[in-house]
Amino acid sequence: MNEFMLIFRHEDGSKVASPEQIQAWMKQTMDWIGSIAAQNKFVLGNGLPFDESCVVWHNQVVTNGPFGEIKETIGGYIIVKANSVEEAVEFAKGCPVLQGDGNSVEVRKIAKRDGVH
Amino acid sequence: MEHAALIPHLFRTESRKIISVLGKLLGIQHIEMAEDIAAEAFLAAMETWPFKGIPENPTAWLYSVARNKAKNYLTRHHVFAEKISGEIKNSLPGITETEIDLSEKNITDSQLQMLFAVCHPSLSVEAQIGLALRILCGFGIEEIATALLSNKETINKRLFRAKEKLRSEKISIELPHSVDIDARLETVLRTLYLLFSEGYYSESRDTILREELCLEAMRLTYLLIENEQTNHPPVNALLSLMCFHASRFEARKNENGEIILYHDQNETLWNDALISKGVFYLHQASRGELLSKYHIEANIAYWHTIKADTKEKWEAILQLFNQLLQIEYSPIAALNRTYALSKVKGNQIAIIEAEKLQLNGNHYYFTLLGELYKDIDSNLSRQHLQKAISLAKTKTDKSIIQKKLDAL
Repeated sequence: MNEFMLIFRHEDGSKVASPEQIQAWMKQTMDWIGSIAAQNKFVLGNGLPFDESCVVWHNQVVTNGPFGEIKETIGGYIIVKANSVEEAVEFAKGCPVLQGDGNSVEVRKIAKRDGVH
Repeated sequence: MEHAALIPHLFRTESRKIISVLGKLLGIQHIEMAEDIAAEAFLAAMETWPFKGIPENPTAWLYSVARNKAKNYLTRHHVFAEKISGEIKNSLPGITETEIDLSEKNITDSQLQMLFAVCHPSLSVEAQIGLALRILCGFGIEEIATALLSNKETINKRLFRAKEKLRSEKISIELPHSVDIDARLETVLRTLYLLFSEGYYSESRDTILREELCLEAMRLTYLLIENEQTNHPPVNALLSLMCFHASRFEARKNENGEIILYHDQNETLWNDALISKGVFYLHQASRGELLSKYHIEANIAYWHTIKADTKEKWEAILQLFNQLLQIEYSPIAALNRTYALSKVKGNQIAIIEAEKLQLNGNHYYFTLLGELYKDIDSNLSRQHLQKAISLAKTKTDKSIIQKKLDAL
């Protein structure tokens, strides 16, 4: 069994949606995570709020967010257990973030500490 | 109370106090001596009371006999150590300076310290439960065996090994240091939670004994609440959870001792006083930032004290199970989450989720699938319920599923 990180890339929700809408998204996200956890495939996860965030560049230059393309900002991640990248992709397909046009979920395998990766 | 009934009653309530105080005084390596002294005090009562009558204050009588026997034991031990074995170092306290303090405060303190000793992380969970029942709840070997669906021999062996371990690990009977208390409390709470569940879900036919197991778990949890150093939010959450569950004792059994499922229970039999206590401790638990699994489970149990099937209720329960599963996976939580999902989003969606669970050796899994398919495909429903019956191990479970099949 491998672990994969599912990285959510999307716009800052608080700029485009009402608090009620955000709450509804939260609930959908919780149902999605709950479904993965009910299969005993959830490891951990965190939301990454857009406020109080910075990027530190080469030469010690510090800028405030947003970073790069607006739609590609990382808004959170979860780590899941999966037998294959395909299984992890199936989990990712259910992510409510994908309801937003242009949003994406990146699926990345987590390196095992086995000296090979 | 006649002495025939009084002695067993006192044995249950007082022997554990004597054992804790003497165990604390003599040290864990002499725990069996503490048990023997307590037992001898009761033996003396059985030999004396029928002829001389029950003393005015039976408890004080027992304490004073235990105190004298402990002093004799210490004297003999010291004489032996000095005159015969020539030991210089002595593991036992001296005789003259030793006061055997059976005051209420020392009894409570000793029991609390003993609770931490028997729930030491170096012991297996089974050993912890066995020791807690024996030393802290005053259960006999036979009762422990009945309650845990085991036999006397197994329990005796388990207790013997557990005490060996207490000795070899040199576990001291004391409250953990304040920096360790949260981690140690976690083990204690887990054991108390399992102790309660043993009573609540046990297949044992002895209803009184099962309820007593639950009440003992609650009493021990309350010991933690009474002490400032251990009165932490998760402890309150656990007691709240226990109160909510215990409130349904009356309602969950019919006159034949068969289990009545939540939906078929007569809610007028639910115990309002215990529900109020549950709410009280849930409020107490909400101090602080930490959200333990007991907080979530207590919240779920709270929602179950409201019988009406509202959307709000099931939405809340679904979100709580989502949270609980993130903290700790268990098949039963996964199944309950799916049931809550069916109440919020309908059976079609719940079936898709249920089929992802793949709990193929679990009869509850097939019972749930049978339920979900009931109004959608009665053939599939029947197949799932039949599979559930073939997997169910106990008569109670089989008969519950059979009733569902008959109702199709």
